[in-house]
Amino acid sequence: MSLLELDGVKVHFPIKRGVLFDRTVGHVYAVDGVSLKVEAGQTYGLVGESGCGKTTLGRSVLRLVDITEGSVVLDGTDLAKLPGEELRRFRRRLQMVFQDPLGSLNPRQNIESILSEGMVAHGIGKNQEERREKIKSILDKVGLPSNALSRYPHEFSGGQRQRIGIARALVLEPDVIICDEPVSALDVSVQAQVINLLDELQEELGLTYVVIAHDLAVVRHISDTIGVMYLGSLVEEAPSDALYAEPKHPYTKALMSAVPVPDPEVEDKRERILLTGDLPSPANPPSGCRFHTRCPWAQAQRCSTERPELRDVGGGHRVACHFAEEIAAGTVKRTAGEVVSATREGVEDAPVSEELAAAKVPEQAGPPEQESTKAEAVGTAAKVEKADKAVEAAEQAEKLVKAEKPDEPAEQDVEPAEQDVEPADKAT
Amino acid sequence: MSLLTVDELTITFGGRGRKESRAVDGVSFEVDQGQVVGLVGESGCGKSVTSLALMGLLPHKGVTIGGRADFDGANLFTMSPSARRDLRGSEMAMIFQDPLSSLNPVVPLGVQVTEILERHRAMKGEAARKEAAHLLDRVGIPDPTRRLKEYPHQLSGGMRQRALIAMAVACAPRMLIADEPTTALDVTIQAQILELLKELVDQEGTALLMITHDLGVVAGLCDQVNVLYAGKVVESAGRRELFGHPTHPYAHGLLGSIPRLDAPRGEPLNPIRGSINDRIAWADGCAFAPRCDRYEMGCLTGTPQLSEPRAAGHQVRCVNPVLDDAKAEEVPA
Repeated sequence: MSLLELDGVKVHFPIKRGVLFDRTVGHVYAVDGVSLKVEAGQTYGLVGESGCGKTTLGRSVLRLVDITEGSVVLDGTDLAKLPGEELRRFRRRLQMVFQDPLGSLNPRQNIESILSEGMVAHGIGKNQEERREKIKSILDKVGLPSNALSRYPHEFSGGQRQRIGIARALVLEPDVIICDEPVSALDVSVQAQVINLLDELQEELGLTYVVIAHDLAVVRHISDTIGVMYLGSLVEEAPSDALYAEPKHPYTKALMSAVPVPDPEVEDKRERILLTGDLPSPANPPSGCRFHTRCPWAQAQRCSTERPELRDVGGGHRVACHFAEEIAAGTVKRTAGEVVSATREGVEDAPVSEELAAAKVPEQAGPPEQESTKAEAVGTAAKVEKADKAVEAAEQAEKLVKAEKPDEPAEQDVEPAEQDVEPADKAT
Repeated sequence: MSLLTVDELTITFGGRGRKESRAVDGVSFEVDQGQVVGLVGESGCGKSVTSLALMGLLPHKGVTIGGRADFDGANLFTMSPSARRDLRGSEMAMIFQDPLSSLNPVVPLGVQVTEILERHRAMKGEAARKEAAHLLDRVGIPDPTRRLKEYPHQLSGGMRQRALIAMAVACAPRMLIADEPTTALDVTIQAQILELLKELVDQEGTALLMITHDLGVVAGLCDQVNVLYAGKVVESAGRRELFGHPTHPYAHGLLGSIPRLDAPRGEPLNPIRGSINDRIAWADGCAFAPRCDRYEMGCLTGTPQLSEPRAAGHQVRCVNPVLDDAKAEEVPA
């Protein structure tokens, strides 16, 4: 049995009108029937764009928002039905790390007070002395100095504040930590520190995470299983690697293709699926498949009338699309959307210098993880010490570069003006 | 000669008895027609202030701007305010990060778009409205005539950004400055906006200065990339050169610390330690030294200078850069 099981969770917010009598004129279907399982010691990543309901879902697990329908079962207890006091005590086992580290820490409380508040509420530690010892050991775990105890949130940098937020969750020794956009407010160089910290803590303490984020690359890095949400429901769920290797839902495909990769070599080969339009309003979701209004593969009739259920397509890969197999097999035609190159067509690609090109080409030959083949391929080029051999290798490399990009000037000593590659005709 | 040449730009806040703070410390770069130049860095590196200075949007009091910025041969910083106003919006235009706060919430979109046409292209009434609708249509806003009557809050985030781009390109400027144009947007909308910018550059030959913290955006868009740290360019190179051979430890570290969608899972990231607050003044040495893994004593003796350009205009400001031979040794091992 899984540690955390969500079954048919719905969170609907009423839209009220009127001054004297609040009439409910409709609902915002923020979360509309989500079922998922999180295994102990694993990380479940929830991705989706703003407004897809991922944060509401995370908050509903802690019952920070009321669940309209469905159940949230942690270790055999249904949280959706727990009455107030029991729920409060149960929350020790479920903690949350929030997005905005400054906004979620009281500026007038020092760190010791912030961290011990939850411990007092849950009766952890006999006296403040004991609690302080515990807090110190946790601070050490998250990489903060113990003199942080008497300091205030504003004295810390963004990354350190997020560490405090993580420490606040950890002091209660929870089973599950829900991280809502844990790194999106941080600078890129600091993001990696917090991601690594979450990884280390999981290994050391056997924690279970539910990570909610909009950044697919971050989620993929830390999650074992990823669920992709669109307009209140899961459209695809798969083990992290399987989802990346073969996204089956059209929305996941588009989402993945839209994430830019910081590597020109990869970007040059990638194509982007451009979705048309914007996210529909969750107060008035489209009929049938929620995605059919923007789906590049939307088919007449069925997509707009019948709502697809999440179904298993093998290997723990679940997808909510009527035509997932047909799209994968290429038997269904694209009806809308546009596929464009990830790179700007007229981008000025000054060829890299000769000795650099020699080292460069093997990287183009294969994906970065194929270290061994890369080493073999580069062996001739990089190991040579004699000058003549180096020249030979460089020439070889240059030929390869030319072969791959025929329209690119290969000589590096051409005038800058001549390097401007004419923008090719727009392929639409 | 390049369309925009920025030479040793310095921007200092404070002064007159108050503590001075130098946000930009000698930044030089060039942008040519049809070229995309990236200014990349984390918060506080001076990238946005640079763009505001170029557009003349910094307050007059409390800010000292040094150096030169030549646009089409004329120095922007010594130009008369009225000449600057003629230039701004017609020859140079800017796209801001947050489309909602850059649009006037109480004025319909149509008035905001036609305002530019009236000021710079002397269009009036029906003609201006027609042109405004045409502009919105061009940036992919459906049903433009109806949208012109609407207020900014009635548009979605992506559409607001499109409207801002429409206003920026209203006078077919030769130079566009985009300050984090996609940061507030979702990735699928980001892809749409980037595609629009690409078309502008490729079809109209507009010069684009792209300011962003997202290295991924830069990889597919920019010809030349400048990496900023604490107000100085620490590395400058063509995109392939920069991403293939980052030589400054900061650029190198930054690329190693980003989780990549296409990277194999399970490998820990290599973060840069500390934060941007751990820095020393450039006058005393390298501002990045306290966070640097390749730190040595030489890093603290005076400001490191930008190296002579190597292949593809590759310049680096470091006394102990990550050299290619070190990289070449790594590969066969």
